[in-house]
Amino acid sequence: MSEALNEQALARYRNDFLKEVEERVEEGEWVKMCMQCGVCAGSCPFGPHWQHSPQKIFMMIRAGKREEVLTSDSMWMCTSCYNCVVRCPRQLPITQIIHGLATYAHRLGLAPRDQPTRHFSRLFWKNCTRAGRVNELKLTLGLYFKDGLVSGIKKAWALRNIGLGMLLAKRLNPFELIRGHECSDKAGIQKMLKKAHELENRRRGFQE
Amino acid sequence: MADMKTAAYICRGCGIGERVDAAQMAKIAEKEGKMNLVRSHEFLCSASGVQMIRDDIEKESVTHAVIAACSRRAKTEAFHFPAIALSRASIREGVIWSQPDTPEARETTQEMADDLVRMACAEVKKMKVPAGNPDVGRNKRILVVGGGVSGMTAAVEAAKAGYEVVLVEKEARLGGWAAKLWKRVPYREPYRDPADTGIDKLAAQVQSDKRIKVHLNSTIARTGGAPGRFTVEVATESGAVAAEEVGAIIQASGFTLYDATRLTEFGYGRSPNIVDQAGLEKLAREAAAKGEPIRRPSDGGEVKTVAFVQCAGQRDATGRHLPYCSGFCCNTSIKQALYFKDANPAVDTVVIYTDLRTPGNGEDFYRSAQAKGVVFTKGKVLSVEPTDKTLTVRFQDLILNEDTAIENVDLVVLATGQVPNSGVNIDLPPEEQEKLEVKPVSILNLAYRQGKDLPQLKWGFADSHFICFPYETRRTGIYAAGPVRRPMDIAQAIEDATGAALKAIQAVENAELGRAAHPRSGDLSFPIVRLEGCTQCKRCTVECPFGAIDEDEKRYPVFNESRCRRCGTCMGACPVRVISFENYSVDTVGSQIKAVDVPDEFSEKPRILVLACENDAYPALDMAGMRRLTYSPFVRVIPVRCLGSVNTIWITDALNSGYDGVMLMGCRHGEDYQCHFVKGSELASYRMGNIDDTLKQLALETERVATYEVAITDIERVPQLINDYAAKIKEIGLSPLKGFG
Repeated sequence: MSEALNEQALARYRNDFLKEVEERVEEGEWVKMCMQCGVCAGSCPFGPHWQHSPQKIFMMIRAGKREEVLTSDSMWMCTSCYNCVVRCPRQLPITQIIHGLATYAHRLGLAPRDQPTRHFSRLFWKNCTRAGRVNELKLTLGLYFKDGLVSGIKKAWALRNIGLGMLLAKRLNPFELIRGHECSDKAGIQKMLKKAHELENRRRGFQE
Repeated sequence: MADMKTAAYICRGCGIGERVDAAQMAKIAEKEGKMNLVRSHEFLCSASGVQMIRDDIEKESVTHAVIAACSRRAKTEAFHFPAIALSRASIREGVIWSQPDTPEARETTQEMADDLVRMACAEVKKMKVPAGNPDVGRNKRILVVGGGVSGMTAAVEAAKAGYEVVLVEKEARLGGWAAKLWKRVPYREPYRDPADTGIDKLAAQVQSDKRIKVHLNSTIARTGGAPGRFTVEVATESGAVAAEEVGAIIQASGFTLYDATRLTEFGYGRSPNIVDQAGLEKLAREAAAKGEPIRRPSDGGEVKTVAFVQCAGQRDATGRHLPYCSGFCCNTSIKQALYFKDANPAVDTVVIYTDLRTPGNGEDFYRSAQAKGVVFTKGKVLSVEPTDKTLTVRFQDLILNEDTAIENVDLVVLATGQVPNSGVNIDLPPEEQEKLEVKPVSILNLAYRQGKDLPQLKWGFADSHFICFPYETRRTGIYAAGPVRRPMDIAQAIEDATGAALKAIQAVENAELGRAAHPRSGDLSFPIVRLEGCTQCKRCTVECPFGAIDEDEKRYPVFNESRCRRCGTCMGACPVRVISFENYSVDTVGSQIKAVDVPDEFSEKPRILVLACENDAYPALDMAGMRRLTYSPFVRVIPVRCLGSVNTIWITDALNSGYDGVMLMGCRHGEDYQCHFVKGSELASYRMGNIDDTLKQLALETERVATYEVAITDIERVPQLINDYAAKIKEIGLSPLKGFG
């Protein structure tokens, strides 16, 4: 991997990484159409908290900065508010591209390991694909106890009143801890997801 | 004049009758204005009102009339009496609409109206009906200088309109720059791919047109005369000279590409692989002729990576290179990148720009290039360094904010700008001309007192107002088209040439009728000089913004009326006041100034003279009236053709007769001038700079004369200026010269 990256570093401002993104990232073919106006960067409510704005990410892709792009935590900061998509004068599906890049980095194993959004995404995916429905209690607890037992208990204690309120309003069912509601055809869902995964791999040229 | 019969018509319509005493105005016209005939009408611009005036002209042989109604800019069709001298007193806009409708204001409002009637009566008696310029030229051929896209288009358009054309081209073939291009930027839907230049077709059209006579290998050795009667000597390379008579001239002398050898930082000349845009066009043409892809010039190697350096030697703030954007080069680089991408999508093409500017429909073309995979990088190129066989382009990436480089670049294209072929800079003093490295060659060789070529405005481009009056130059009947006027691409040059052709046609048609060209188009008056009073001071010949006045061997001014735009700058300049127009003279304005009733020093009623440019300041005042914006009742406004026509005698006369202040309102001058006569307001402000001495001699405060730049849009500012000035006059007190005049 590192050898390949060095090769990429030499090929600055050539189209190699751009072509890779076009082929393997969802909506990646739009990256070349960015005109670097910076409206997306200015529209993003999380703007100041990103290391690289969408504008910069797109420019880095064109500049062939493969490693920097794929290891960046910026794509994981997107909250899908779609402000940038609405405002982009070139009508780029920026949110989709950003998520596509995140997914791609994740699949290559280059995405930042301890990024909280990435952690949550993995939990969520595992949780919802298991039974075809999200088990909210388990998902929440999984998040609480991400950093260990003590920190999990502290977080749960801090939010106890909200939890109690939800319990009383029947928005939280403690029995879900044992077994949550599941969809009727669990196996069907999983089969469907597997097929989709296969299709995507074939289209994007991933080796499974 | 023995057979002068004067008449005054007072309108009572539009509320004039209710706000002011029309009967009193009529009395003033009769008793003070000495009008032979005075009539009042309740609705003067109505059919019956206009008929009344017409009847008087016919049956009573009225020759001079005063209309005291609305502004001279309103109801021009109803009050159109070309056979008589006419003066209009602006009672509506200038009095009742600009004064408050209150009982307290009634007295001063009436005084204003009375004065305007006095002024109009005084003016009209000094006016004559313009007879038209007797020295007309009737030649309607049009000379086009330059056989590029602009010149050929102008020739074809003029020919299509039925005019004969003489086209002079210094090269051996027609086509100019466009003939050197492989393709041109697309000019019609879908603006996706480079298009054929079409230049051969245009050249063939020019050569086959019977109305167009082409001189190749030729330059202009001498241009003399005036619109309608220019005589031009066309010199061929062999030395033969042909004389051509033409009515108007279109200068389409084009541009030269900025000299890339001056761009040492980009290594031009150090490697054959660094070319300018013209160099790449040549490579593309040569490659296309062989049916091969473009190869690396140094060794014929395969081109894998091409970098385009935008703004090379342009938009330069250091003063070493061109300070301006040439506007065509971004589109050209996009086009050239597509030469490579369309032939082989595997070639990497990078355009390094600071701001991508794609005029016209270039945005679509830009998008098309992006879709085809041309990479656009916002950056500033620091250097281009030749390596073994290739090049390294170092630049600052302005988005990622870092210094970086592209290595192994096979070809670098520098986007250099356009330098106009505008000939000699006639405003440069001779000693500065001597210092120039490259001696410019005159394009027109004008036999004019003020110099051989068209005056330049900025950066060497021929003077023409980009927005308001494109193609117009400061040499009447000579129009600039194409990149000699401002940097532009082919599509814009075609539009420009068409416009300039129409201007040239207007010029020959006006010249035949002895009428003025823009901006006083149709004006039949022309400057008349009383040579026996002339002191040969040369001010008029030097100051005429249009180079209309030459000098004879005895150094008397020779007026070329057809070159004149009727601004009156010569009249303003003349210290002995021997220059006048039939309907506009030192007397017509001077008599108005003297006609105003100046109250004595105990009245607390100052009088402020406003000399307002009729192009901008006067309309702004009219519009202020339409919006009922009120201003001081103590001003008396006289429209002038241009502030340049203001003779300082008017100012001294006004101050001597007890006026408390003089406001001069003209257009903005300087680099972004708005003066319709280009230099008029500038000259006026220069002259007023010298009036301080006069004021001191009269023991008057220098504030008594103030000059303002007023635009037509200053509708709210103008009343404010007047009120502020009136307050100032109140502060410094009334003039001590009252009662002596």
